[in-house]
Amino acid sequence: MIAFDNISKAFDGKVVLDSVSGRFEQGKVNLVIGTSGTGKSVLIKCIVGLVHPDKGSVTFDGRDFLGGGNNKKIIVRKEIGMLFQGGALFDSMSVEENVLFPLNITDMPEEQKRDRANFCLQRVGLANANKKMPSALSGGMKKRVGIARAIVNNSKYLFCDEPNSGLDPMTGLLIDELIQEITYEYKITTIVVTHDINTIVSLGDYIFFLHQGKKTWEGTSADIFDVEEPSLKEFLFSSKLMRMVKERV
Amino acid sequence: MDGLGRYFIFLHSMLINRERFRTYVRQTLDECVTIGVQSIVIVTVVSVFMGAVMSIQLKYNLQSPLAGDFLVGFGVRNMTILELSPTVMAIVFAGRVGSNIAGQLGSMRISEQIDALEIMGINTTSYLVLPKILATLLTYPLLVIISAFLTMLSGLFAAEFVVNIAPDDYIHGLRYNFDPYSLNFAMYKSLAYAFLISSISAYRGFYISGGAVAVGKASTQAVTDSCIAILLADYVLTQLLLQPPLTV
Repeated sequence: MIAFDNISKAFDGKVVLDSVSGRFEQGKVNLVIGTSGTGKSVLIKCIVGLVHPDKGSVTFDGRDFLGGGNNKKIIVRKEIGMLFQGGALFDSMSVEENVLFPLNITDMPEEQKRDRANFCLQRVGLANANKKMPSALSGGMKKRVGIARAIVNNSKYLFCDEPNSGLDPMTGLLIDELIQEITYEYKITTIVVTHDINTIVSLGDYIFFLHQGKKTWEGTSADIFDVEEPSLKEFLFSSKLMRMVKERV
Repeated sequence: MDGLGRYFIFLHSMLINRERFRTYVRQTLDECVTIGVQSIVIVTVVSVFMGAVMSIQLKYNLQSPLAGDFLVGFGVRNMTILELSPTVMAIVFAGRVGSNIAGQLGSMRISEQIDALEIMGINTTSYLVLPKILATLLTYPLLVIISAFLTMLSGLFAAEFVVNIAPDDYIHGLRYNFDPYSLNFAMYKSLAYAFLISSISAYRGFYISGGAVAVGKASTQAVTDSCIAILLADYVLTQLLLQPPLTV
């Protein structure tokens, strides 16, 4: 479980996160949703320590992350996998080398490393793409390689920043399903940042809604469409398709 | 001052929480190829023309019957070893390697590759920057030696075929009153420039934020800052290390 309390962050005096607190449960897909520029990505970057929050605390299974020293941070980080918006694959390395990379800083024997990398690539449906370079991959394939790299060292925590941005709805759905399967299969604590309605409908076990830097609602995906919170309703029914569905229902 | 402070923190962060030694060996050798071997062509071209032009200009300026032809070789040698090969090459090197380092790290930053490394628990400054600095420190002095040799050699050809100086006179000038300390001086300067170029460029590229425009700006800034630092270091090192001045 990941717990974060009173996370606040301002850039050049502009408050992006204002005392956001919550808990991400293990073995569940936790969604952080909200409109663009509302602080979703900054929140998860604060939680994983890529951005240092102005105040607040984060614990990973009871271990203080932000307050701990550098060495403690590194220990926790080795248990974190992260899927970035653009994939963030190392463009000078092949697909296999990308997936192998997190294992290269471990003491695992060479053969075992390759087996593990190939297993993860197989798991994300890219068994035959080992030798390809990232520049030769489609957007969806890059995300899959990103997921394989994120889980290759048996990560306990998986962070996904807009996993289906730039993908067609069909491919986006496949990526969502893959994230869900992996979460349940390996009992990972998964956090997905998204503003995609498809993902919200299909993926989230527990949802946090951010609006103007504040958490204004949290609950299960079963409850989300019955909520009266105006900013959340406006967000959910901002797309034409959702408005049409609502009118028909 | 804020930037200078961040630069020193950046340098310090390279030395803590380092990865395993063998990781650096492989990375440094790769960087030696990119930074050093791939710079040989530009170093050769610049050195050859520099030597030829120097020979012709020295002959043009030494028209007095009291000035022997050997002074052309003497002048070429001293200017090459003391100033032109280390310093002019450093400016050229900053343009080629500095912009490359800043551009590469900048692109990695905006495509979140540096963030991905950090998430894996890797000290990114140490992993990405230290091998570049080590490779520059290893290869730049060698490039300066190559440059000095080629400059004096091309000076010899220009002296013989363009301004009609006997090769023996030119070679006599090259050997005349040679002080081996000048070679040490050139190496000290090379090491200082190598460190400045690689670290300043890496610093500029590492901390960019924004998009492709920011990468371009960081590359330009890296070259500009490196050139200024080279000229400042040139003055300081000359003042400190060339006392008393060389005498004929």
